Amino acid sequence: MSEAGVVTRRIRAGKLELALHTLREGSGRALLWLHGLGERSPDALPELASGWPGPVYALDFTGHGDSEVPAGGGYSAELLMGDVDAALHTLGEATLLGRGLGAYAALLIAGGRPTRVRGAILCDGHGITGGGPEPGGSMPIGLLSGEGTAPDPFALVELSRDPRPPDYATTFVRQANELSGLSRPITVCCRERPEWLRAVEGEPGVERAEPEEALAYYAGL
Amino acid sequence: MSSAVKPPASGPSADATTVSFPGAERPARTRSVDSHGVRIAVYEWGDADAPPLLLVHGGFDFAGTFDVFAPILARAGHRVVSWDHRGHGDSEHTALYSWDADVRDLLTVLDSITQEPLPVIGHSKGGGLVTQLIQALPHRFTRFVNIDGVPTPRRHPDVADRERTRMLAKELSGWLDHRREGPSRVRKAGTLDELAERRRRMNPRLPLEWLRYLVPIGARRDEDGWRWKLDPVMRFGGFGPWRPEWGLARLPGLSVPMLGVIGLEEEPMGWGGRAEDIEPWAPRGSELQFLEGVGHFAHIEEPERVARLSLDFLS
Repeated sequence: MSEAGVVTRRIRAGKLELALHTLREGSGRALLWLHGLGERSPDALPELASGWPGPVYALDFTGHGDSEVPAGGGYSAELLMGDVDAALHTLGEATLLGRGLGAYAALLIAGGRPTRVRGAILCDGHGITGGGPEPGGSMPIGLLSGEGTAPDPFALVELSRDPRPPDYATTFVRQANELSGLSRPITVCCRERPEWLRAVEGEPGVERAEPEEALAYYAGL
Repeated sequence: MSSAVKPPASGPSADATTVSFPGAERPARTRSVDSHGVRIAVYEWGDADAPPLLLVHGGFDFAGTFDVFAPILARAGHRVVSWDHRGHGDSEHTALYSWDADVRDLLTVLDSITQEPLPVIGHSKGGGLVTQLIQALPHRFTRFVNIDGVPTPRRHPDVADRERTRMLAKELSGWLDHRREGPSRVRKAGTLDELAERRRRMNPRLPLEWLRYLVPIGARRDEDGWRWKLDPVMRFGGFGPWRPEWGLARLPGLSVPMLGVIGLEEEPMGWGGRAEDIEPWAPRGSELQFLEGVGHFAHIEEPERVARLSLDFLS
């Protein structure tokens, strides 16, 4: 338990243990907060989430916050989707609010576990652009040295240059549209709009809104 | 049959079972390097003072699959160095696997050999890893033999959107289930012959004697039988943003002279690339050898021929 009274559980995701923080207890559907690249979960309930009627959780991604830092890197956005999947396995259904890289992970898992994700809210934050639609220049990142502490420098490098083709991102919207049973599985609140996000916005089932409106909408489902 | 199995010892693991295969030689030296906290097993054939030559294996393989090919190159006057990729063979299993991590491990091994430029031969995934590292560090390589490591887009039959959604949903949930629970799984144990037979599904063109030879090298012997050492979380398929076109698009600018050796017989592990797929992307001045009647594992099917092509090109 942290100073702010946040209870933390350790959950297993593949070979690693992740920290799932309870920002506020409650009943009903959970809101799961997903931080941006290089960040960690908030220490206390963010103002933005205070109106959510149910419990509020936040997940530290692999190599971030209180989650385990693996040796030797090897990060991908799909790995983070797996991190969120491990949290959903514990929580059941949840509405997701993702910042930056967390927004991209929220989009992927909305398509990957369409019946568990009851709305994904995509917000500005670090790591939202990734590496663009195609791989950038080759870079030998052997010069990095991790100390085993978060945030893992391998995560910071690898997850800021992973390719995010627009037609790959929209695949996940289509999965969510076909299989979630929701008419609006994705809400985009970002002002920064990398190519993958502009493509996502062009798909049916995706609305633009302020995060407060999006939270109220999904709370009412 | 040309191979002979010594009777298995009664105890587990530490027995010295070996299977012989014509021309196969275990490495003269083994060592390990630390790649950012990951222990990587490195192997060397030939004279330690000879000029170095780096060999890079493909996905789901291990350096021991060079046990016939590498000694031929060593006899031609090379110190031949290879390693087991992370999660493969005797290298450490890791929490995460990725293409960039493999490229990084490649650089660690390279740094442990020399800072001078050297020739390199990569097979399949190994050819792809080398292609990427050459782009980043062209000054570290002299010449490059790429054995069936040119990715070419496969033709998928057209399927209706709804069907594609169903297929992808299955793939995604399968991957997520495996990601969450995979590490608790263990490989199925079997007899030496059973493991060789299982490997044959991936390597249908390779002789069973050869696959039997590989078992005591690439597998460990537990109480209940042999198990491939390959990390059980490794699996085929999956998904991700990567496209073979990206690999092709990087080829024309390659500054290090390349010999592409492409087996034309299609098989499960191969790209199925044809001359018309690859030639438009070949770097200027590169050589391409398309081998009729040879599959993806050209250096195993025809080690002398592929070694001769390689040595001629490298000299």
